[in-house]
Amino acid sequence: MQIHKYDTVIVGAGGAGMRAAIEATKRSRTAVLTKLYPTRSHTGAAQGGMAAALANVEEDNWEWHTFDTVKGGDYLVDQDAAEILAKEAIDSVLDLEKMGLPFNRTPDGTIDQRRFGGHSRNHGEAPVRRSCYAADRTGHMILQTLYQNCVKEGVEFFNEFYVLDQLITEVDGVKKSAGVVAYELATGEIHIFQAKAVIYASGGCGKFFKVTSNAHTLTGDGQAAVYRRGLPLEDMEFFQFHPTGIWRMGILLTEGARGEGGILRNKDGERFMEKYAPVMKDLASRDVVSRSIYTEIREGRGCGPEGDHVYLDLTHLPPEQLDAKLPDITEFARTYLGIEPYTDPIPIQPTAHYAMGGIPTNVEGEVLADNTTVVPGLYAAGEVACVSVHGANRLGTNSLLDINVFGRRAGIAAAEYSAKADFVELPENPAELVVKQVEQLRESTGNERVAELRRELQETMDANVMVFRTEQTIKTAVEKIAELRARYKNVAIQDKGKRFNTDLLEAIELGNLLDLAEVMAVSALARKESRGGHYREDFPNRDDVNFMRHTMAYREVDADGSESIRLDYKPVVQTRYQPMERKY
Amino acid sequence: MSTAATLDKPSSAPEGAKGTASPYITVTFRIRRFNPEVSDESTWQDFQVEIDPKERVLDGLHKIKWDMDGSLTFRRSCAHGICGSDAMRINGRNRLACKTLIKDLNPDKPITVEPIKGLTVLKDLVVDMEPFFQAYRDVMPFLITKGNEPTRERRQSAADRERFDDTTKCILCAACTSSCPVFWNDGQYFGPAAIVNAHRFIFDSRDEAGEQRLEILNDKDGVWRCRTTFNCTEACPRGIEITKAIQEVKRALITRRF
Ligand SMILES: Cc1cc2nc3c(=O)[nH]c(=O)nc-3n(C[C@H](O)[C@H](O)[C@H](O)COP(=O)(O)OP(=O)(O)OC[C@H]3O[C@@H](n4cnc5c(N)ncnc54)[C@H](O)[C@@H]3O)c2cc1C
Ligand code: SF4
Ligand code: FES
Repeated sequence: MQIHKYDTVIVGAGGAGMRAAIEATKRSRTAVLTKLYPTRSHTGAAQGGMAAALANVEEDNWEWHTFDTVKGGDYLVDQDAAEILAKEAIDSVLDLEKMGLPFNRTPDGTIDQRRFGGHSRNHGEAPVRRSCYAADRTGHMILQTLYQNCVKEGVEFFNEFYVLDQLITEVDGVKKSAGVVAYELATGEIHIFQAKAVIYASGGCGKFFKVTSNAHTLTGDGQAAVYRRGLPLEDMEFFQFHPTGIWRMGILLTEGARGEGGILRNKDGERFMEKYAPVMKDLASRDVVSRSIYTEIREGRGCGPEGDHVYLDLTHLPPEQLDAKLPDITEFARTYLGIEPYTDPIPIQPTAHYAMGGIPTNVEGEVLADNTTVVPGLYAAGEVACVSVHGANRLGTNSLLDINVFGRRAGIAAAEYSAKADFVELPENPAELVVKQVEQLRESTGNERVAELRRELQETMDANVMVFRTEQTIKTAVEKIAELRARYKNVAIQDKGKRFNTDLLEAIELGNLLDLAEVMAVSALARKESRGGHYREDFPNRDDVNFMRHTMAYREVDADGSESIRLDYKPVVQTRYQPMERKY
Repeated sequence: MSTAATLDKPSSAPEGAKGTASPYITVTFRIRRFNPEVSDESTWQDFQVEIDPKERVLDGLHKIKWDMDGSLTFRRSCAHGICGSDAMRINGRNRLACKTLIKDLNPDKPITVEPIKGLTVLKDLVVDMEPFFQAYRDVMPFLITKGNEPTRERRQSAADRERFDDTTKCILCAACTSSCPVFWNDGQYFGPAAIVNAHRFIFDSRDEAGEQRLEILNDKDGVWRCRTTFNCTEACPRGIEITKAIQEVKRALITRRF
């Protein structure tokens, strides 16, 4: 077992992790631990764009952007954080341009902008062009540009290191972060990283759904690591279902396709969004569009022999426009569906896309141990975190923004903290939990298989806690997850080796997904209202009296070792905007 | 040695099978296995996989790993051709497993899957990517400018932006470099991917270090080693015209205009 000492350790090398690393490396001795090579991170999959009120192509300002973010999040957004997001958006896009990001350009050479769902002029009057983009591979360009700048700054990476545990030491009654425990894929060796500050930037957890736009590796390892150590997770019931995933596969077709003029149609060819969102139509907020699609399907207007999807129609757009603005997604349709988008509509269905909830932080990226107390030395940013700028539903293009704004903030805050702070003593036997976990899996002779449990988990999640939820369906999911968690104790792997044992790591990742799925379902059961991405058919209205508050879920362990989830609630920060009914 | 494992039943309910004939067919995956913890030799192993021809080679590898042999090892993440994790030699050609559909491969014959060539194999389909990334880092793959930064964005015309568009698409999958016979013979050669990424900056109107990068590529292990075999261009899953980019760099070295 090796012990390393760094001022700042960053867990994850996606957009948030690398943006943080660029700042932290300049200010402190920093290591980035990442289970994937940095350029493999799922930020690279983002297509549509990054929001900022640059006003390059039409009138716009950050206050309108703040309003749209708050409204889009169904008023569960912390408005102080949303204001920071919208204000700092402008510099964060300009910073990326200066770092070399090749944005698409306007005729006069400035950064071009396009429309995106939920972004409007003057508080909902009409769609506005706010999304800065690089064709339909904005995320790819962000990831590449940030990696390039990490190379330039000499950022130190530990590639294919899986962080599996968070170390916490109590000093004078205060829980402080002491470091992390990581597993090295190549050798099977366990490493302790003692650090003054740790930043989690380990991304989302969408893999507990079956139809999802998320990568196989998005298994919520960071959320699970801190949750297991008694820290809360916020608003986990809020998950975004993106309207346009490739039918059955879940591969995303960016909202930019509708921004460019694409239209959703049912089996009668009807542009059905006109009924549900007369002003914004196909560009209404994602939760609204996803529900509308399923309403069409349920009412028998879905397409195909089983009526289980609708069409994204791009056929009226000039081929040159598709080639210039949407080259990647049109290629996905050709590669994976054998469909020519110039002439044929593309079958789509909503796909599990984005975790609004996560590790609660304040606007400096400091992780919260409860509603107000920060954990000294512990930070989080990006999809793993919940600031909360996305509330109950994230607006398109606000996440690439989030990872840049709050990745930067967390990087600066953590490095400034580690410049002043001392190392916290490591707990006794710091690797204990991970060693036990790994040994148990390697030695298990149980009869349960990882793939089977994961399949059953994904199926129950898709069936019961997706776009439409009721008490009944959520309870079904809760029971099923409990069963799977029990069976997980008997899981066995076939690869007993040390070298590149991905069999072992998939088992560990499944354990994380099971923990988080349970938190999601239990949080969803308690929220007896509908808000943003969380839609309860048995409580179809938003209930501001009882539920204008964030869920905080804690893992409790009784004396006899039995586990349970305790729910608490945290007030929403409201500044300028009073809750209104959300219409598009 | 060649062993065969069979899967009793398809791993998930055959989709779209209602009432009609099952779309599933049985395909042989012939995979190059290597695990130095077990043996210094690599071997071929056959697996019979029930698969829908519309599925990806990656789906087949997952079926094997998840339902037959958990020790089969490969890298993957996004599963739709954007992360660059799963370049491998499939039927003798470098491709991404997640972008190659079974139906495009002639399922009547065994589908061979091997690690990409020219990089040290660590286990099964996993190779050591470090030398590849080192060559990339050596070409200074980041924007270099002089003078004070403007307050707003740097201006760039749409035409200037278009000039280097093709080479911005690279996902660093190494399919090109590991298909290059020059690289197989001499690992010191920068390889096409590094040149592609140098091109991306040399031809970016905002960049001011083109000369420096050209000097790096003027090295004995630089662009002049390229023998224009076009393997790289054929291998690139992003459709980048790599050979053209390398030619443009060569031309820039001669004319010093870019
Ligand atoms: C298909 C798709 C399209 C999207 N399009 C847009 C868009 O157009 N606009 C927009 O704003 N948002 C978009 N999003 C959302 C946005 O891309 C993501 O939310 C965002 O990129 C997440 O960035 P991140 O840095 O938090 O995480 P990621 O980029 O997912 O990075 C996670 C990192 O953590 C590491 N990691 C994970 N677990 C561990 C561990 N245990 N130990 C060590 N390291 C670990 C991984 O290696 C990786 O480097 C899209 C998302 C998807 C899936
Ligand atoms: S140029 Fe193409 S083949 Fe080569 S690394 Fe880049 S994406 Fe892969
Ligand atoms: S898995 Fe990402 S490119 Fe194939």
